[in-house]
Amino acid sequence: MEILVCARRVPDTSENEIELNSAGNDIERDELVYSVNEADNYAVEEALQIRDRVGGNVTVVTVDGEDGEEVLRRQLAMGANQAALVSDDAFNGSDGKGIATILKAFVQKGHYDLILTGVQADDSAAQVGGMLAAMLDYPFASLVNSIAVENAKLKVSREIEGGNREINEISLPCVLSIQTGINEPRYVGMRGIRQVASVPIPTLAASDLGIAPAKVGEAAAKLKRVDYFIPASSKGAEILHGSREENANRILELVAAKGGLN
Amino acid sequence: MPRIFAYIVHKSGVADDTAAELLAAARAIDPASSPTAILTGWGPDFDLACKSVSSSFAETWKISNQALAYPNAELIRQALVRVLPPGCIVLIPHDHFGIDLAPGLSIKLNAAYAADVLAIDGVQDNTLKLVRQEFGGQVSAHVLCDLSSGAVINVRAGAFKPGPIAVTSGVIIDKSSEVDTLVARRRYIETIVAEAGDVDITRHSLLVSIGRGIQEKDNIALAEELAEVLGAAVSCSRPVVDAKWMEKSRQVGSSGKTVKPKVYLACGISGAFQHLAGIKGSPFLIAINKNPKAPIFQVADVGIVDDLLEFLPELTNKAREFRGVAAK
Amino acid sequence: MWTVVGTYSPVNVVDWLVPGRNLFLALQVLGVACFIYIVSKRMVPLLRAQADPRFDRPLTRLGRVFKFWLGQWKHPRYRFAGTLHIVIFTGFLLLAARAFSVLIVGVSPTFVMPGLSGRFGPVYETLTDYSATIVFLCMVVAAVRRLVFKPVRYAVPAKYGKGHTTDAIFLLGLIALLMAADSLFSASRFAGLAQAGQSAESPAFLSLPWMIEIAIASMPRTAVWGLNVGAYLVHAITFYFLLCYRPFGIQFHVETSLFSIYFSKLEKGTVKPVRWDVSDDHLDQVKSFGVKTFEDFTWKHVLDFYSCADCGRCADNCPSNAVGRPLVPRFLTIKARDHVFQHYPVLGKPNNSNLLIGNIYSEDEVWSCTTCGACEEECPLLVEYIDKIVDLRRGMIDDGNVPQSLQKPLKALESRGNPYGKMEKKRGDWAKSPELQHAAPVKVLDGKNGADTLYFADSITSYDDRMQSIGRATARILSCLGKNFGILGAAEKDSGHEVRRFGEEMLFQSLREHNTEAITESGVTKIVTSDPHAYNALKHDYKDVPPVEHISQVLASEARAGNLRFSGVKNTDSVYTYHDPCYLGRHNQVYDDPRDVLDSIPGLRRVEMQRSRDRSFCCGGGGLTLFYEPKEDQRMGVVRVRMAAEAGANVIVTACPFCMVNIEDAIKVAGIEGKMSVIDLTELVDQHMVREVPKEKLEVAIVGG
Repeated sequence: MEILVCARRVPDTSENEIELNSAGNDIERDELVYSVNEADNYAVEEALQIRDRVGGNVTVVTVDGEDGEEVLRRQLAMGANQAALVSDDAFNGSDGKGIATILKAFVQKGHYDLILTGVQADDSAAQVGGMLAAMLDYPFASLVNSIAVENAKLKVSREIEGGNREINEISLPCVLSIQTGINEPRYVGMRGIRQVASVPIPTLAASDLGIAPAKVGEAAAKLKRVDYFIPASSKGAEILHGSREENANRILELVAAKGGLN
Repeated sequence: MPRIFAYIVHKSGVADDTAAELLAAARAIDPASSPTAILTGWGPDFDLACKSVSSSFAETWKISNQALAYPNAELIRQALVRVLPPGCIVLIPHDHFGIDLAPGLSIKLNAAYAADVLAIDGVQDNTLKLVRQEFGGQVSAHVLCDLSSGAVINVRAGAFKPGPIAVTSGVIIDKSSEVDTLVARRRYIETIVAEAGDVDITRHSLLVSIGRGIQEKDNIALAEELAEVLGAAVSCSRPVVDAKWMEKSRQVGSSGKTVKPKVYLACGISGAFQHLAGIKGSPFLIAINKNPKAPIFQVADVGIVDDLLEFLPELTNKAREFRGVAAK
Repeated sequence: MWTVVGTYSPVNVVDWLVPGRNLFLALQVLGVACFIYIVSKRMVPLLRAQADPRFDRPLTRLGRVFKFWLGQWKHPRYRFAGTLHIVIFTGFLLLAARAFSVLIVGVSPTFVMPGLSGRFGPVYETLTDYSATIVFLCMVVAAVRRLVFKPVRYAVPAKYGKGHTTDAIFLLGLIALLMAADSLFSASRFAGLAQAGQSAESPAFLSLPWMIEIAIASMPRTAVWGLNVGAYLVHAITFYFLLCYRPFGIQFHVETSLFSIYFSKLEKGTVKPVRWDVSDDHLDQVKSFGVKTFEDFTWKHVLDFYSCADCGRCADNCPSNAVGRPLVPRFLTIKARDHVFQHYPVLGKPNNSNLLIGNIYSEDEVWSCTTCGACEEECPLLVEYIDKIVDLRRGMIDDGNVPQSLQKPLKALESRGNPYGKMEKKRGDWAKSPELQHAAPVKVLDGKNGADTLYFADSITSYDDRMQSIGRATARILSCLGKNFGILGAAEKDSGHEVRRFGEEMLFQSLREHNTEAITESGVTKIVTSDPHAYNALKHDYKDVPPVEHISQVLASEARAGNLRFSGVKNTDSVYTYHDPCYLGRHNQVYDDPRDVLDSIPGLRRVEMQRSRDRSFCCGGGGLTLFYEPKEDQRMGVVRVRMAAEAGANVIVTACPFCMVNIEDAIKVAGIEGKMSVIDLTELVDQHMVREVPKEKLEVAIVGG
């Protein structure tokens, strides 16, 4: 099975303190460390496990500047067969649809039976997988937490509310967005990366993929982020001083208001 | 101003709470708007749901098709594409279903897509101003969405407080005939319900979390009752697991699970760093603790200094009233 | 031969064995040949194993042979069994010459051991008469112990197979038989001589030969002769049977112990390199790291597997075993031994061994080890464990097989130089607290500032809110002692001590390289740390860095020099007990310095826990062990705080931030918060140190000025 995993290089929230910069309009980027998006890592591991079960090939692709190479190299160290970097200044400022457009062009240059993405990345949009599937006219399933290969189809389970699992049968080729926790990704250390240090990672530009610059990049983006900010909030807890009954009611209101109720 | 549609999720003949929230979101886009509800489904329960929705929406579009008996996003997407007018705005709740449906829908409609929107600041020059969060909820962002070819907006549950609902006798328009055969290459087979012991606390948006303040294993029932009424899960800190009162799978913390709920109720938890390290995404943290000096009050949003063994039952009672559930 | 006996009527007892000479010779030759063959087959896995340079420092090694082999130095740690073994061992040594004499006499009737022909001969006979008797009795005692008293450490949990008691009794029985045969031989010889009217040395009074002699003295001559020949045969057969049987079981230690002790590891606290025959610069060329199959072990490790006596002392002291984790050191060795016996059989060709993890070892078993060293401390044969565990972990890491709970901190260590993922630039922030800056300003050695002493804080002391107080207390102490010190601050990365011991060698080397460079650039000539893991790393894992001391050593030497003054103990009701951290105590043998410091505080009441010093019970481990989620029945820390309570203490004094974390947690888990508390040595000293200028005054002076 030819499997493609679309990965993204993001600032890992567990190794970074996401703070606003001094101007208060962006996050402080000076000392961010980056790694592969956690869900994408699970996707690569899943791809490797499927390949080891049924045979085939795993390719990892990312749309990024040259820094994207470090993520790709790590995924090669993990066991992917090949990697590709899709990079072009024309891609800067692309929104989700722009990224999906770029990936679609990459997909159509090859032949893939299964395309995996992580369910969401640091922007919590969870969109690229679904968009890519629609552009390619492939069936799609999100929040996938288990995959079984059954002849020419896949049996996948989706994570839905309450810990329940929705079982679907999906035809190939298809796009799946992978939920964290689907497997236990293998460890990749410095040694593993050194061992793949000389594996070539081709870089593909817009022209290599036949992408019209007008369709991607900032000009084509329908969604534009203006700034980052942190909503004002008080230091320490606001202590409620009402009666027990009043406090209970207030708590419930807050729970509802903050999205705690399904 | 583009026409606004709200996709209504329904179950067993009842419209989901998000219906009212989507209405509120529509009003945030355009205070004068009268959004159209749109539902898909099949069967008597579906008819019931449409009827109940039509009492809050001026116009309700109903797409009835046997293939849509189970809400398969792949099929629903096709149906919606056939009926929705170009350039419209579609509001969908951002959950496991919305994530499945919306991105592809935006492509098929050639519309913009904004996911997990927390707040809407109105429209200016055909541009929608909205607020999203990034980095696991650690920062918020102001985002501009181009409406010129319409937009699909996924709305975060609970972000838009339902306003007063004008009870109308809205009209139900049956759009079923515009949608004939629906075929998708993804077929729903079944749903496997999580076993009671199989609670995955990492997937809940509300956690009732207990610490040593629960004092005895038997008191855990207080937390479980509350959780059941609120549709939450009970999680805990390590001491509770060490005491073998709860399974390890319920533990939140650096040596337990990492959770990203929207709301976290810390009951009788002191707030040790190892525990807090398991809570990501800056949820709304409510702390209940007998000790006013407990470190948890430094990091909580709201705190109550009270005996949790007394407070929880009260909270549970109020919760039952709140949710309209008859007391046992 | 027996027909010959009937017709043969030797006059001299000396000639009694002559008819059987050829048989006896054949027996000996066969026995020796078998033994040589067996041992040569046992050598095969050693030859296929990895290199291990153990041929250096012969005099030191010989000294250790004297101490641990001849001197049985470790044995008395278990008083009864130890004494029993010392007696048996001494007996065996003494009996050696006699045993050979007996064997050779059957072939060469007039043979006398060199050195025993003169006056020493009879002395030796008497000595060995008693030795044989005592050894025989010891066999009975040992058997009774096994069968009736059943010491817990000999028990074999079901998952490790059937019990070892039958085999043990079998061997004890054979040795007893050997002693009995020897005694019968000697008794019957004397009886024969006596009957022939020839003078001879009688067996020692009340010895086994003596008793047997009385029983047989009045038997007819041919009977006595028959007994003599029979005894010889039984002795020879038993002797050679044992010789050839021992290499098939735990008794092989009789032969291998000398070697396992001679070749034992000389330095404590160190970890073997990935491959002894590959230098660090060439590690990239090594195809596979660590131990994945049996052949990846070094020959010394294989020798260890042969040398294990199955005494169970390691497991008895292992904290992982005590809390119900899947690790039992004893069975780590026994399973490996069974594995090598199976795949390198004496009869037959070696057959392919498969991967160890997933076959004889489980992953959890290997991750469960805290590297506390209690096993190695206890083992009378100096079997090594930590290097094997590290090697097994290296193998798993190489295969990407790492628990998710460890992957996060490892990744954070790679990106941020600390397991918490916190920002590098904040590493020195603990020292910037205002109250510290007034009382004891801490310099950051960043090129602009210099000092002669480096305080290496390491990750947990730098980043953990609670442990930062240890850093601050240490800074105040150093300041008060007038030390010219500084910290590396943001330039410091994790010492990598646990990173190495968890098998991530390349990450460790990267951290070490970074720190070594930073330390060298700072120009310091001494290093001080309050973290025993950092201490051990800087002392043993790092090369080319200045000498390092733990703060307790600094304090102790200042106390001895009279530079330290303490006010009277503040809590007069408190009873203190000192918990020896594994990496300060066992691995580096710093036991007295912290105690001396505590005892310098006037009025401080201190008690010792039963398990203290080199028997200290690990708190649960440091560094990455805090992230691993073991399956256990209870926490090590909880076991330890109960020991403290049992000793009558209500305050535990630690000298390691990880001990502090584990014990503080354990006090809460055990539910004894009001009755037990814990404090670090530095914090206690900080509270009681008499300062020339009170720190309050110091603050005011600076603020005012």
